[in-house]
Parts: sequence; C-alpha cells; structure tokens
Amino acid sequence: MSQDILENSVTSQPSSGDKNFKPFEASAEIEALADERIAHYPVSKLSAVLPLLHIVQHHFGFISKESITWVAEKLEIEKIKVLSVVTFYPAFRQSAPGKFHYRVCRTLSCAMAGSHELMDKICEITNIDRSKLSHHHPIVVSPCGNYSVEFAECLASCGSAPACLVNDDFHDNVGPEKAQALIDQYSV
Amino acid sequence: MSDIKYLPGKEPHPSEHRLIFKNIDREGWDTSIDTYIADGGYEQLKKAITMEPSAITNEVKASGLRGRGGAGFPTGVKWGFIPPNNTKPVYLICNADESEPGTFKDRYILHQDPHQLIEGMVISAFAVGAKVAFIYIREEFPEAALTIERAIEEARAKSLVGKDILGSGFDLEIWVHRGAAAYICGEETGLIESLEGKRPYPRIKPPYFPAALGLYMAPTIVNNVESLCHVKHIIEMGGAEYAKLGVERNTGTRILCVSGDVKNPGYYEVQVGKVTMGELLNDICGGPKDGRSFKAVIPGGSSSKILRCEEVFKIGKGEDAKDLAFWDIQMDFDTLAACGTMAGSGGVIVLDDSRKMSWVLNNINHFYAHESCGQCTPCREGNGWMKKISDRIVNGLAAPEDIQTLEDVAYQIDGKTICAFGEASSWPVEAIISKFRDELTAETSEDNQRLSKEQLQREAYLTK
Repeated sequence: MSQDILENSVTSQPSSGDKNFKPFEASAEIEALADERIAHYPVSKLSAVLPLLHIVQHHFGFISKESITWVAEKLEIEKIKVLSVVTFYPAFRQSAPGKFHYRVCRTLSCAMAGSHELMDKICEITNIDRSKLSHHHPIVVSPCGNYSVEFAECLASCGSAPACLVNDDFHDNVGPEKAQALIDQYSV
Repeated sequence: MSDIKYLPGKEPHPSEHRLIFKNIDREGWDTSIDTYIADGGYEQLKKAITMEPSAITNEVKASGLRGRGGAGFPTGVKWGFIPPNNTKPVYLICNADESEPGTFKDRYILHQDPHQLIEGMVISAFAVGAKVAFIYIREEFPEAALTIERAIEEARAKSLVGKDILGSGFDLEIWVHRGAAAYICGEETGLIESLEGKRPYPRIKPPYFPAALGLYMAPTIVNNVESLCHVKHIIEMGGAEYAKLGVERNTGTRILCVSGDVKNPGYYEVQVGKVTMGELLNDICGGPKDGRSFKAVIPGGSSSKILRCEEVFKIGKGEDAKDLAFWDIQMDFDTLAACGTMAGSGGVIVLDDSRKMSWVLNNINHFYAHESCGQCTPCREGNGWMKKISDRIVNGLAAPEDIQTLEDVAYQIDGKTICAFGEASSWPVEAIISKFRDELTAETSEDNQRLSKEQLQREAYLTK
C-alpha cells in the first residue's frame, strides 16, 4: 500500500499554543455545523472545503492531519484536494497559534502609519522572537502560549490605519503607543 | 435627506453626494431589517419584481453604471453577456473580497448597511435570472460575515429572500461564502475557482468568460459590493435620471477612499468626475499634514500607476489636445486613464515629502510577491525577483544597474500572465521607476557590484 499522502506533507509542529485547543474530534456538533454548510452547495460538495476548514480552525485552532482526513471523507474527495487548499490559503494554519492571535496589517497605508512599529512593540511585550519565522511558518507564538503574531496583507481599513485583528475582533487606529492596551485588553 | 443626522465628527463633507453611504455613521442607525424598512428599505425590490427582468437590465445599461471593483466595466453590458439561448442555471456572485491596498469602502457597507446590499442583490439576481447567489466575503471580515448572515435570515423571515419572494414566484437563495486571506480571490475567475473549493488559479479568457462559463461551468455574473448597491438606486431614480449624476460616460457617485499623508483620511462619496484631485486632497481631506507637502499620489489602489504632484499630462488628440495639471485631474475613469493611470477601486493613497519612494516600492513589491498565486511563471518568479531587488535598494545594497534590472523584470511580467495580476503588480514598479528614477538611483552605489572579482574577470574574458 502506498504511503498516506498526508504523512510527509502536513507541516504541523508542536507549539506552545497547543494548550489552548482540544485535539480535533468530529463531535455531533461539528458534524451538524458541517452538514448545514454542505447543504449550501447542492451542485458540488467540493465547494464546502473552505467552509469546513473554517469550522475546524475556529473550533480547534488549526488544521491538523486528522481534520484534513475528516474533511476529505465528509466531502467524498481525495485528501490531496483538501491539503492543496490548506497549503495555498494564508488564513489556514497547520500549527496552534496563541490563545490571542494578533494579525497586524503590513501593507502600505498601515505601514506608513506605524504598523511595523506596532508589531515590534507587541513582540517586545509578549516576548515573541519574530526572527524565527519562515515562509511556511509565518506565525510566531509567545513562549507562554498565550499570544501569537502574524503580518496580514491589507485589512481594508487604510483610512484609519494602522489596523489589527485579534482573533475575530477588529481594531483600527492602533498606533504603536496602543500596543500595551491592545495586550491588556486580552489578558489571560 | 436633510433630516438625516450623522454621528458627531462623522458628518459627510459638504462636497459629498451620498447614495450608497447614506446610512454609514448615521445617528440611530443599526443593521436590523426594521431600521432599514422604516427608512424606505426594500421598496425598490417591491417595484423591481413587478418589472420585466430585461427592463431592469436596460435601466442599468441606461444608467451607465461602471463596475466599482477596479476594472470599471459597464455593469449592464456585463449582464447582457449571458448567452440568450442559455438553459443552465445562472449564478450571481457578490465580490466582497475587498483587498486592493488603499480600498476600504465595502467594509462599511458590509458592516453597517447589509440590507442595502441584499436588496441590490435580489434585484440584480431577478434581472439576470439567478436563483442562487453567493456573497464571497474575505476571511478578514469575520464580523461582517455574521452580520450579513443574520441580515439574510431577517430578510428570509419577511419573504424578501428564499422561495416565492413577496408572492412573485421568484426564488432566490443567498449564501455567504468566506474566503481565506488570498488577494487573488478578488479576480473574478479566481474567485469562482475558490468557490468551487479549489486553489484560486484564475481561468483564461477566452473561453472562460464567467457570463458564459462561470461557476460550475454555468453563466455567472460577478459584481462588486458597491456596484450591486448602486442597482437599488438606479431602480429608485430610473437609469436616465441616475445618469445625470457625474459626468458623461462616468456616471453616478462613487466612494473615494483616501489614506496616507493627509489631515483627514477617510471615505468620501462624490459624483464621479465632479471633484478634482486638488479639491479632494486640499479641500475635502484638509491638505497635507503640518509642515509637509504632497509628493505623489496612487489614485486607484496600489496597482494603479503613481502620479507625481507636479506632473502635467497631455490629454486628448489633435485639436482637442490640452495640458492637464495634476491638481485639475477629474476623479473619473476616463480622465485618470488619459493620464496613464486608472481609477481602479477608488483607493487614493497619498504620499508626502517625508516618504522615500524606494520604501514605498518595496512595501508594494512585498504585497504582490506574497499574493501571486503562482500559476504563471512570469508573475510567480518575477514578483519574487522584484521584491528581492527592492529589498536590496532599501537596505543600501543595490548597484545602479539594479534599477534597470527591476524595470526589465516588470516589463516581462506585464501582459504575459493569465489574469490582470501581472499588470497589477508590474504597473506600480514601472511607474515608480519611470517617475522617480533619479531618487532610486541615488540610493544605489557602484560599490555594490554583485559580482566577485573572479566573476568579473571571467565576464570580461567571455565578452572580449
């Protein structure tokens, strides 16, 4: 039998953020959420790949090998099709982020307003060393596992730059001087 | 209109003409359907479903509405591309993947006025004969996705969405589909691939014009959020009346998103072409920051070509030819195109004299290198190269000939890719180099010759 396609392709790695999430489990609740989404796409179940991955990431923090297998079986498609989507889209992560994931806008108007300085300040406060990041692992998690950071490309709030997402909460006009407040707001 | 009050500090500028943004930052406004209906909402839908679908399309054609997503293609004409003998289902997709740097108009519609979009979509779907519509919303708008889904359920409860809308026999389901942080999903064929559950590699046109071969190979109309909202107002005013707003061939209103180095950045809905660059930057946006002066402007999202503030453009042909100063540019599609750039998505990014162009260029190059989908070699490789070369310039490691190399790479991407990303990523490079060559060259040094002594000797030997 040939080797499982996911064996060497999924780049999940242990993270200090693992403590924030329970391991993937296709509970009745998750199955029901998935079935509801699948029903939106009667012509092709494949269309439900992104919605299902969003459900997984929302509940379990990141996309694991087990969850890719579940999505593939649920949609009756090959695992490689799910994996090719996971590896393409920047929103899908393969390792656990912090409990609070900061996505700071990197692009022009925010950069002009000081978003890079905001990022530096957040890293300084949360003890995050961004020199460790790589193309395949754009997220860095703090040693305590509570915080993680990532640069986002244009968050479409250029008129009130700099902008930042913390999990699903949006913040604008957050200059570097507001970094401490932005962290305190999400104390663990 | 005069009884509308806005939140303190959020009042529209007197030069604005608010249709689409009428309810943005409005006092006492919320996203509930009751608030929307109390304000006259869904009346245009009631009117539209008594009309012939082709009559709605004709009104949109008569209005002259041009797509607000970036390309500026006439919306009514796009609708007309659905093959007349079509027997497949038709799909309508709302492109809410707003991600062109500098653009931030759809965000406010999606967050604050979801029912305006839904009303525009139901009317548009009725006109093109779609029974299923999708709102493809970018992943970075999680709150808006929930707001819209809630609004759709409210509309469904009042028979404004779903089966047999208002007893007319017309059915329409609207589903929200969240993207996953990829800029290329704003390209309509890439968006369709993404909605089909695949990597969003854009399709080649021809043959894959979405109006004929779109989602699931069926006719599909993809329209921007703002464009769909305009449809509601076109039905309200009538196409001919709507076309009186703005200037010839550039009708209606549009939202200009101003960011960067001005005193009052923000969103301003104005009649297309009725405001000049000078009025926009100096009057509406309050001029440059104290002690600064304007240097350059990116007029339509980061992929549009940059304009220097002291430029004078030659526009028109033959006897009509005339000089047009930067400050007198009318903010419409045709004038900006005549100046060698584009109105794009309406994202105006202003740079003052404190900005180094190499830094701006590098920031833009990083964006496009990150967002290239990788399908076409010139774009995938070229954008990486352009990023690396501009990295060298900002780090003081570039040699003078790097500027030429950078320009050469840009021209080898431009026009050589499946989708318009090739142009979107190379135009800013071409324009910044052609307009700021001296500034960029001044940051390079002969000392940064990248070849080693041995390599240079070898090169000299080989070319002797």
